[in-house]
Amino acid sequence: MWDRDQMAARAAKELEDGMYVNLGIGIPTLVSNYIPEGINVMLQSENGMLGMGPFPLEGEEDSDLINAGKQTITELPQTAYFDSATSFGMIRGGKIAMAILGAMEVAENGDLANWMIPGKLVKGMGGAMDLVSGVGRVIVVMDHTNKHGESKLLKECTLPLTGKSVVDRIITNLGVLDVVSGGLEIIECADGISDQEIRSATEAKIVN
Amino acid sequence: MQKVYGTAGEALKGLLFDGMFIASGGFGLCGIPEILLQAIKDAGTKDLTFASNNAGVDDFGIGILLESRQVKKMISSYVGENAEFMRQYLSAELELEFNPQGTLAERMRAAGCGIPGFYTKTGVGTIIADGKEHKDFNGETYILEESLFADLSIIKAWKADETGNLIFRKTARNFNPPAAMCGKVCVVEVEEIVPTGSLDPDLIHLPGIYVHRIIQGDHEKRIEQRTTRPAA
Repeated sequence: MWDRDQMAARAAKELEDGMYVNLGIGIPTLVSNYIPEGINVMLQSENGMLGMGPFPLEGEEDSDLINAGKQTITELPQTAYFDSATSFGMIRGGKIAMAILGAMEVAENGDLANWMIPGKLVKGMGGAMDLVSGVGRVIVVMDHTNKHGESKLLKECTLPLTGKSVVDRIITNLGVLDVVSGGLEIIECADGISDQEIRSATEAKIVN
Repeated sequence: MQKVYGTAGEALKGLLFDGMFIASGGFGLCGIPEILLQAIKDAGTKDLTFASNNAGVDDFGIGILLESRQVKKMISSYVGENAEFMRQYLSAELELEFNPQGTLAERMRAAGCGIPGFYTKTGVGTIIADGKEHKDFNGETYILEESLFADLSIIKAWKADETGNLIFRKTARNFNPPAAMCGKVCVVEVEEIVPTGSLDPDLIHLPGIYVHRIIQGDHEKRIEQRTTRPAA
């Protein structure tokens, strides 16, 4: 089974040299720690920045320089800044090659739910709906099951959707699955996890 | 053309009325018009509708207007950092319209460009699409989103010249240009007003045509989440 860092490291293998990528909050943020040698990607922060750098050293924080999670960050030589309308123009316009983000549920047709649980406090979708409907490829990184041991890869999402048929690939603690015609296809098993273990932990239809 | 005012109160004079619709720049606490928000609080204008990506925190940003019950409705994409907001929302004292972040930005930008609505894929198949016109283009379904025409825009920039040409700094630009564009009148607060002619015309982020009144002030520029990396 993969831990959070191993899931992030596996997700980092999806990156290709020269890609413009948006990383979500949580495990996706860790992906930037595992970008393979020789691969240069431009990280987009949807509040208006391309070429996002690491957290600043203590004492070098700048209140005018934050990421979409409102954390202080730094710029790089290749950094460009722009306004929010331009930022989502490049997202909606399909200029961002890939988004890696977390999820609560994914359905076998690629439906994604990650923004609200009815009856619980709803904080808002932020930029998630724009990202999943706009970027070239959507990679979800999440645990395969919830804290009750129930599959988060479902026949149909039970929670309100963030996007309809938007997910391309799911990386979980148990392995890697693609959304294909008719259901999910197992691409890879995590260390020490069998094909059968993925099947028994998955409610969604597996086609291979 | 006299756009420079001495104080926020003077700059807002004659522009505020109960029940008005205000568009505000800022993302989280970054690049928010903190001085103008304080002046609106001091003016006591009520039943405000705000289009703003976030709602501040309890004691800063739009949070100070929630505390004084001056806000009737928020149009935002994410409001998770404000306990008083949540309390008023859950007790139905406050209306909330969630907009996807890019849809919110474009609703502002489009209004400023004279475009009353636009089609987007964002939100298709979700509750955001409920009740909205659906239309297919090239085999894909889009929904109609209507633009946001505000009574007043309040924004924060880094530098202005005396004609209102603006330069923003780093990610503090965010919603400020689209928010500036969508209002009938735009008031900007800046860290520094410089003489006309001292900004490079090729490097203006927002031309002064969108800016009607300017004030200079001292900004707290609070950091919401201070994150650092260890020294190597």
